[in-house]
Amino acid sequence: MQVGLSHFLILAALLFALGLVAVITKRNAVTVLMGVELILNAANLNFIAFARYLDHDLDGQVIGIFVIIIAAANVAVALAIVLNIYQRLRSVNLDEADSLAG
Amino acid sequence: MTTFDLMFYVIAGAMLVSAAVMVFGRNIIYNAVGLLFTFIGVAGLYVLLGADFLAATQMLIYVGGILVLLLFGVMLSQKITGLVMRTGTLQVLPAVIVCAGVAAILIRLILSNDWAVTKPPELPATTATLGTLLLSDYLIPFEIVSILLLAALVGAAYIARRESR
Amino acid sequence: MHELIAYLQAQLGFQEILVAVLVMAVFGLVICIYMALNALFLVWLERKVSAWMQDRLGPMEVGPFQGVLQTLADALKLLLKEDIVPKAADKRLHLLAPLIVFAAPCAALAALSYTRDFQFADFNIGVFFVAAITSLSVIGLLLAGWASNNKWSLLGGMRAAAQIVSYEIPAGLAILVVVMQVGSLSFREITLAQDGGFWNWMIFQYPPFNFVAFLIFFTATLAECNRTPFDLPEAESELVGGFHTEYSGFKWAVFMLSEYGEMLVVSLVVATLFLGGWSSPLGDLLNGGAWGVFWLLGKTYALVFVQMWLRWTLPRLRVDQLMYTSWKVLTPFAFACIFAVGLWMAL
Repeated sequence: MQVGLSHFLILAALLFALGLVAVITKRNAVTVLMGVELILNAANLNFIAFARYLDHDLDGQVIGIFVIIIAAANVAVALAIVLNIYQRLRSVNLDEADSLAG
Repeated sequence: MTTFDLMFYVIAGAMLVSAAVMVFGRNIIYNAVGLLFTFIGVAGLYVLLGADFLAATQMLIYVGGILVLLLFGVMLSQKITGLVMRTGTLQVLPAVIVCAGVAAILIRLILSNDWAVTKPPELPATTATLGTLLLSDYLIPFEIVSILLLAALVGAAYIARRESR
Repeated sequence: MHELIAYLQAQLGFQEILVAVLVMAVFGLVICIYMALNALFLVWLERKVSAWMQDRLGPMEVGPFQGVLQTLADALKLLLKEDIVPKAADKRLHLLAPLIVFAAPCAALAALSYTRDFQFADFNIGVFFVAAITSLSVIGLLLAGWASNNKWSLLGGMRAAAQIVSYEIPAGLAILVVVMQVGSLSFREITLAQDGGFWNWMIFQYPPFNFVAFLIFFTATLAECNRTPFDLPEAESELVGGFHTEYSGFKWAVFMLSEYGEMLVVSLVVATLFLGGWSSPLGDLLNGGAWGVFWLLGKTYALVFVQMWLRWTLPRLRVDQLMYTSWKVLTPFAFACIFAVGLWMAL
């Protein structure tokens, strides 16, 4: 079977599921962030694949660029927060940062 | 089987393996290395899809920027004198089951949908068109995202400062 | 490359896929061999240049001329040496790190334009690709520092990462000055725009802004190669050997290979962006074909010589001076260059 749109979509779906596993199971905040990046990459792959196979113009790629930019901003802020949590709690495990929980 | 197909399967296989290392590896640095090869794999898929500019952007920002930041984050938030940098996990089995279900539903949807695929044109040069699009049709989002980026970086620098408390 | 594959396919009668894999393998091999030869030559040159600057002789014994085979002997020695991996190190990453560092300059060599007609792979985003792929070495250096499980290595790796990430910004902005004038990211197009004599070279356009951009780019690439005065990641008086403290034998040789490969790559990029690449400085005289390789490599190795000259002349910067130079000197001046050239072009 020739590689086409559905191959890329299935690959992106698998990547998304793997990212979701990382986000749900990991205790370390930095690894959770890595999972978020996997999910963003999976979404981006979908955008590019659709842009290539369905509408043949570059709108999907422009959205892809925006996703990459926002991922960069996301990581910068999240890591700053993680470092602050580490300074207060001496740990970056998300289940220990529960002082706001009721 | 054409070169395109072979490249796709090689890249996809390598990418899934490294993504699995990222997700199921116990050592945080191994997770980061897995993520590195996943990012490179995604960049390779972008090239296959004719998005060469985006592939280079992916390398520059994800590998050269985000991953370095993440590695710094790991190294600054652990006791890095030893090699023991394990990340604990919670409820792995339920999570895997749920996520496998999600993946199964997605794949079923993808396969059952009759995509209106038309034959893709020859790979065009994307850079000039992308630049024109960014400064014409997408001008407002482009400006907003640049302000967002600036705000995020100023905010991150402020939050991460030691004196902030 | 597509034409080459199609031609070989017609000649050999193999399947397309086999021919493509074969061509890629041969190109990869050619690049690796060139990297090795380049390192052998540059290490010898570095010793000779340093000896000359310090009024010594340098290696004289091995080989017919001025000890020219000394590095070959050294390379053989390194290959035969025991490969020592510290007991507490992470074995797999300890092996992976030098390979990642080596991959970056190899991949960059594939995108460069060597003559009017030859290029390993014709990218239309060549400059951007090289800027992106060289950032791969940051990860390799960080991993090398961490996997060695040694605090000198780790500090060296962190310093290297911070330094390279900081200096990518002025380097990228200086590239933008040239790209803005040519209107293309392809190395071939950039060289074609400077063809026809040295007065067409980028460095002499829009004076003095392009010359300032050239200086900024050269300085920034010097820092990206961890060369003196920016060699803090391997400052031997503070960090023993930096990120490669715990490396020996072949793996250490791979680090050296990559360092000299990276010097070659950045010099090639500087020569292509600002000094006309493969085009002859004498207009149509001795232009084109194999002369292109001659001119390009001539310009490149002249720049490499300047890098060595600086190494044996300047003292090392402090970390704060390093960051000051990047963020408060080079970056604002690069922005000023972009603004000034843009204004000039609009007028």
